[in-house]
Amino acid sequence: MNIMAQYSLSQKLAILSDAAKYDASCASSGTNRRDSRGGKSLGSSEGSGICHAYAPDGRCISLLKILMTNFCIYDCSYCVNRVSSNVQRARFSVDEVVRLTIDFYRRNYIEGLFLSSGIIRSPDATMLDMVRIVEKLRHEENFRGYIHLKTIPDASPELVEKAGLLADRLSINVELPTDASVAKHAPEKKPAQIRKAMADVRARKDAARDRSHTGKRPPRFAPAGQSTQMIIGADGSSDATVLGQSTRLYSGYKLKRVYYSAFSPIRDSSAKLPLISPPLQREHRLYQADWLLRFYQFDLDEITSVTPDGNLDLDIDPKLAWALANRGLFPVDINVAPKEMLLRVPGFGVKLVGRMLQTRRQRTLRYEDIGRMGGSMKKAKAFVTAGGWSPGGLTDSADLRARFAPPPKQLSLF
Amino acid sequence: MAPEDIRWGHEDEPGDLFDQSAVSEQPGGATVPRSFLSMAQSVVWHSDPSRFSRLYAFLWRLNDKPGLMADCADPALSRLRLMEKNVHRCQHKMKAFVRFREVGSPDAPRRSFAAWFEPTHHTIEPTAGFFARRFADMDWRIYSPGVSVIFESGKTRFIEDQPRLDLPEDAGEALWITYFQNIFNPARLNVQAMQSEMPKKYWKNMPEAAAIPDLIASAPERARQMAAAEPTSPPLRAEKILARQRRQGRAPVLGEQ
Ligand code: SF4
Repeated sequence: MNIMAQYSLSQKLAILSDAAKYDASCASSGTNRRDSRGGKSLGSSEGSGICHAYAPDGRCISLLKILMTNFCIYDCSYCVNRVSSNVQRARFSVDEVVRLTIDFYRRNYIEGLFLSSGIIRSPDATMLDMVRIVEKLRHEENFRGYIHLKTIPDASPELVEKAGLLADRLSINVELPTDASVAKHAPEKKPAQIRKAMADVRARKDAARDRSHTGKRPPRFAPAGQSTQMIIGADGSSDATVLGQSTRLYSGYKLKRVYYSAFSPIRDSSAKLPLISPPLQREHRLYQADWLLRFYQFDLDEITSVTPDGNLDLDIDPKLAWALANRGLFPVDINVAPKEMLLRVPGFGVKLVGRMLQTRRQRTLRYEDIGRMGGSMKKAKAFVTAGGWSPGGLTDSADLRARFAPPPKQLSLF
Repeated sequence: MAPEDIRWGHEDEPGDLFDQSAVSEQPGGATVPRSFLSMAQSVVWHSDPSRFSRLYAFLWRLNDKPGLMADCADPALSRLRLMEKNVHRCQHKMKAFVRFREVGSPDAPRRSFAAWFEPTHHTIEPTAGFFARRFADMDWRIYSPGVSVIFESGKTRFIEDQPRLDLPEDAGEALWITYFQNIFNPARLNVQAMQSEMPKKYWKNMPEAAAIPDLIASAPERARQMAAAEPTSPPLRAEKILARQRRQGRAPVLGEQ
């Protein structure tokens, strides 16, 4: 008996994109360069990703992000698709996903496909159907656009192998920052199994980099790497715990990205989880801290030690919080300070620092030069000296934090 | 020739002056840093009529002071860099926001699409290659108020001053709008972030933009309703499925889907 109603393609698309929107990733960058010149294929990727539209939530729409089905036999309490929820269920056929992807791509709506799925029948059966979709796209439609596949944790290694040879990126969500939280909220998922799957992907990627003894390079495996997502605010984990987990994930499995997804009210939510407005500011601060760890040579404890309870300051960014707690190191002279130190100045980004280093080889940098290089002195001026500028007592002034923090405002529900 | 002795017309025939070959062919011509050439190759597409005179004036100074390209805060250079950035951004938005409609039969051996796009700068020509590399197995045209580009059977050509045409309705747009509406999370409404990346000037040629006002207006109420809804009791099948998994310790066959 068919337990799902008969839906049109449009109704299925509505249900299965609504179900997919809690995955934060929409990246389409960083894969190998390729195009369709010659006229036998469709699609290209030229390094940087393209956001083809922005939804009114401000998020980039780069990929057709859908679930193959939102049917799921698991019962993860934070998830709109869990078996115990009463949402409508639908399932795409292989051909429907292929057709949607190609028709959207040809109209220049998308960079490619991000396919994930609820778990039906068994992990292998689910993964097999997903791989069939991608195979058809690559081999029958000659599609050279971007494909991100969310792999099913318990799927067999052969299927993951196949997926990695066809897709640009693979991901598995660790879901929550600690094993205890996963056990509590996603009882069917096994954190050790998820980590093993990530380790396997890493090992395959590494192996694909080595030439064999014949000098032939093996086919690329998931050239855009692997990523994962953690839900923020569904359990009691502090930011220090979250960032600690990220640090382990980046170094242990060479992840390209860890996504933080503020736990968001869902339709037909579980009684087990509090319904709150999504902690968007917290999510934003976590991304900033993540950036400092990866591109600004900060250590984890430098960021977390300046927070009283292991949670990032919501009112000011983590670099400014660190600088305020380490005022003894400032002001720095932008004409002589080493690159590492310039990167630690609040308000200075990687690009700007590059320009400063280049220009100061020519001449002395003055205060007004920073603006002309595309930078801003709004935050930085309390922490630097430059030609024609000294912060004087500003660096150590008692109200420095207050100058940057927004005035306290009343809390509202939304 | 000194910059002050030159009058630059509005004629849009850029490119040659700063071509490597053109520059080095000049007898006694100075060598031009590669970084200047690559910047100039973008700046020439800017809509500001002063672009050629600015480039030339800077090139003139560069002659005496070759290190000038490294001075990121030189006012003339930073102005040129800003123009370069504007052009890059315009190219990027064109790659993102062109919306093709199908103008031939979907079953034709080579499918055929067309779009109308209004760039801020002279962006059609330097960006056509992107579309040619991406959509090589179909025919496509991008019409614009100035130069239009036509790609047929693998060949690119440009035409000028094409009158605005009405493109036929495309059934694919309804599915795209459905997607746009449903991928949006009303609990995270952030109109400002959307608009800074997708400025309103582009909206009139993007089918999904028509859905934006309603999505914004209904978002707070939708989010409120989700938060206020009482938890429901699970569907009957849920307990059966979970019990079976508990017995088997592994995901079982769920029956017919
Ligand atoms: S496995 Fe869990 S998180 Fe994934 S779709 Fe099923 S219920 Fe949702």
